[in-house]
Amino acid sequence: MNWEVVIGLEVHCQINTKTKAFCGCSTAFGSEPNTQTCPVCLGMPGQLPVLNTLAVDKTILTGLAIGAQINLESKFDRKNYFYPDLPKGYQITQFTVPLVEHGYIDITTKDRGDRRIGITRIHMEEDAGKSMHEGLDAVSHIDLNRSGIPLMEIVSEPDMRSSDEAIAYLKNLHQVIRFLGVSGADMEKGQFRCDANVSVRHPGDEFGTRTEMKNMNSFRFIKQAIDYEVMRQIEVIEDGGEVVQESRLWDSVKNESRSMRSKEEANDYRYFPEPDLPPLRVSQLEVDNIKAGMPELPHQLRARFETEFGLSAYDADVLTQTRELSDWYEALVAAHPADPKRCANWMANELLGRLKELNKNIEDSPVSPNQFGELMDRMGDNTISGKIAKDVLDAMLESGKSADAIIDEKGLKQVSDTGAIDAMILEIMAANQGQVDAYRGGKDKLFGFFVGQVMKASKGKANPGMVNQRLKELLKG
Amino acid sequence: MPFSSLSHIQTRLDNAETTAVEVAQLYLDRIATHNETLNAFVYIDAEHVLAQAEASDKHRAKHGARALEGLPIAVKDIFCTQNGPTQCCSNILKDFHAPYDAHVITKLKEAGAVLVGKTNMDEFAMGSSNETSAFGPCRNPWNTDTIPGGSSGGSAAAVSAALTPAALGTDTGGSIRQPASLTGITGLKPTYGRVSRRGIIAFASSLDQAGPMTRTVKDAAMITSVISGHDSGDATSVADAPELDWLAACDKTDMKGLRIGVPKEYFVEGMDAEVRASVEAALKQCEALGAELVDISLPNTKLAVAAYYVIAPSEASANLSRYDSVRFGHRCDNPEDLLDMYTRSRDEGFGAEVKRRILTGAFALSSGYYDAYYLKAQQVRTMIQQDFLTAFENVDIIATPTSPITAFKLGEKTDDPLTMYLSDIYTIAVNLAGLPGLSQPCGFSADLPVGLQWIAPAWREDVLLSAASAYEGATDWHNKSPKAFDEVSGGES
Repeated sequence: MNWEVVIGLEVHCQINTKTKAFCGCSTAFGSEPNTQTCPVCLGMPGQLPVLNTLAVDKTILTGLAIGAQINLESKFDRKNYFYPDLPKGYQITQFTVPLVEHGYIDITTKDRGDRRIGITRIHMEEDAGKSMHEGLDAVSHIDLNRSGIPLMEIVSEPDMRSSDEAIAYLKNLHQVIRFLGVSGADMEKGQFRCDANVSVRHPGDEFGTRTEMKNMNSFRFIKQAIDYEVMRQIEVIEDGGEVVQESRLWDSVKNESRSMRSKEEANDYRYFPEPDLPPLRVSQLEVDNIKAGMPELPHQLRARFETEFGLSAYDADVLTQTRELSDWYEALVAAHPADPKRCANWMANELLGRLKELNKNIEDSPVSPNQFGELMDRMGDNTISGKIAKDVLDAMLESGKSADAIIDEKGLKQVSDTGAIDAMILEIMAANQGQVDAYRGGKDKLFGFFVGQVMKASKGKANPGMVNQRLKELLKG
Repeated sequence: MPFSSLSHIQTRLDNAETTAVEVAQLYLDRIATHNETLNAFVYIDAEHVLAQAEASDKHRAKHGARALEGLPIAVKDIFCTQNGPTQCCSNILKDFHAPYDAHVITKLKEAGAVLVGKTNMDEFAMGSSNETSAFGPCRNPWNTDTIPGGSSGGSAAAVSAALTPAALGTDTGGSIRQPASLTGITGLKPTYGRVSRRGIIAFASSLDQAGPMTRTVKDAAMITSVISGHDSGDATSVADAPELDWLAACDKTDMKGLRIGVPKEYFVEGMDAEVRASVEAALKQCEALGAELVDISLPNTKLAVAAYYVIAPSEASANLSRYDSVRFGHRCDNPEDLLDMYTRSRDEGFGAEVKRRILTGAFALSSGYYDAYYLKAQQVRTMIQQDFLTAFENVDIIATPTSPITAFKLGEKTDDPLTMYLSDIYTIAVNLAGLPGLSQPCGFSADLPVGLQWIAPAWREDVLLSAASAYEGATDWHNKSPKAFDEVSGGES
């Protein structure tokens, strides 16, 4: 039977402010437990929240980047539940009127072409602390360093129809957030976490009952969890059962999900307006100012790289994966403006490949854009061939020396002197008279053999274009 | 001397007729003598009080006097203080020591005040008689068989019996004005947002406001001028509140041109006849002082108590969630698991009235009931605010009784929460509307004090203070003191 998958995603994204959402404590990651706390984020009696306006600005910026409406008046609410890592017994969040509404992310899908995935809302809230149970006997430990760190919760419409679409959406969203610089979005550090709402139906039917897969922080797990859940739901229905609305937890070790709590067991969060914070008001002028400072977004950069530098869609895509990559590429083009396409090819294919082997990101590259530009220059002015350039690049990465220094040191300067090349060719022809005769007898394929021999004799330094040209000439006889 | 006003003590200090240490010692002695009877203070650190007084005398000698230099002020146990415990008269905060001062405590210290100690109160400020205190009830100095009102009962009793010349209270539904009325003193609840709530243990955040409880109107102005003002640490403390000349507002001796609104809904069947007579006499006095009395209507008054008992418990149910025994406060012995720790700790720590309000609030906010209770109550709140706005189009100020009855006997209403809740019937609407209100003594009923309540438009505490000062100047009620505590002390007065 034909099944359609329906997916909606909720992303919790840590906003990268220096201080917490409602107090002055540091948000630095990885400090000793409970060292970044104060009476406010510890929920001590009489303490009051004061909103971090930088977190507001970053949420607005994110809203503008996804083409959303910014609510000039939004509200904070309390979400009530008891848990030891939630000091106040409630979380300050935005329930009724979020700061951002009605945005979207565009994705390219395999089966359905270009699709616009709706974003229902982005609201601000505070993170809870961390509970630790592992390796402890009959006690739990609480670390409240994370308590009160500002989050954006980004809630999508149920617009995705496969796990691939879900991942495409998440990757694009992740990329936008990284480009905006509003979050480190480091998934391993839990700065970008995802809940997936999944249901199945027959095309054209009403939505099926959904389940929620909680708190996943790797694209791979999210895809596995969705695929597992889709199969599970289809099996349940095809076996004559009914999907139960519930929250489920993905076990990435066992590759299966298990029920966390059913709808009946779900908390009643007793939301109500947060009386300690007046409604959040922002002016249109403030919004406009934030908009004016908006950096170029990935899709805008891709388009510009294609038109301004003539890059292929593929290269443009590769070089706009992160802000660091596109910045590096633009610095490289500035250093070697003669041939932006050469820059793109070499950066995408040669440099990134090598960095990957070294387990480094572009921002940690031992070769700077200027140094790499010099290497491009040496190819451009025919000092070295592309083949030699690859060796030079290896040496640059290894030694940190400049391209020119390596070329000089190793004597890699390309031979473009007709006399020297002719001498090599004549010597090779003399030593391979049989092949010369065969070639002249019509065996054109042997041309490659002669090129190889000359390049070998020159240790790769002969100018390949000239070798071709002189060989043709001299082999004619 | 003990029954002197704060401003009188200030004059004597300024004239070097006494010292802060002498003044402090006088009140410490009175506390030592009378507190056992009244149970007005739940914490006193005499050494610390004298040390502050000594420091104040030194400061005066070296740098001159600050606004409240050397003046003793007691504070309700709801204000966090670095010195001594802050327990909100609850077992759940037994022996809790706050590592910080409330914003208003800092302000008082910076003004040179000598903090006398912590006063008794209803647990978490939930009560109208001071009987829900975990540290036992406080008694009314006018008749120690009766309650002093609540929730700031300890502050009221302490000022009334002159165990301190002034105190701070908090007022969520009348908790400053009602006990002030029942003990024959002056109590001012400022406009919501006038005084920072930071470091004051929250009951109902959208209603709570701190204010002074004093012997005279001017004393209330002196303290309010010090504790009010924007605090960037409280987002509900208003940044652009109109500045007032607090003390100048108290110079008024007549009411010429003042239009006083008298709401018919506040003079109803069931109120104590002598309370009614006292307030009506007070209104006559106002007319004699040049005021014009205007009959007005606040039609939604009857809904105020119901709305309040949805909104305040709702906010409280969340505000009190932090007392979960995880980081501070009472924890039960040998919890079996997390749920057992939560339920047993909170069951042991909270008293019956607090539990009742947490449950009421949690219910009102529950899914399926929210619209019918919380949302409806908020709508009523808006209607009540609108009532006042409409009334203030025609009048400058509103005068009412503070409480429909005088102090009642201990235990009289403890089994009947609904009747107890009605003690605040005249004060609650003021909190719901966020307005400033003041209660001052205006007579007696069966030897128990009666209070007159003034209500002004938002940010117009000056109007309150002027009217109350004029009334006080023309009457002698504020000079009455409870006989049992008015022994001659060192021949001074």
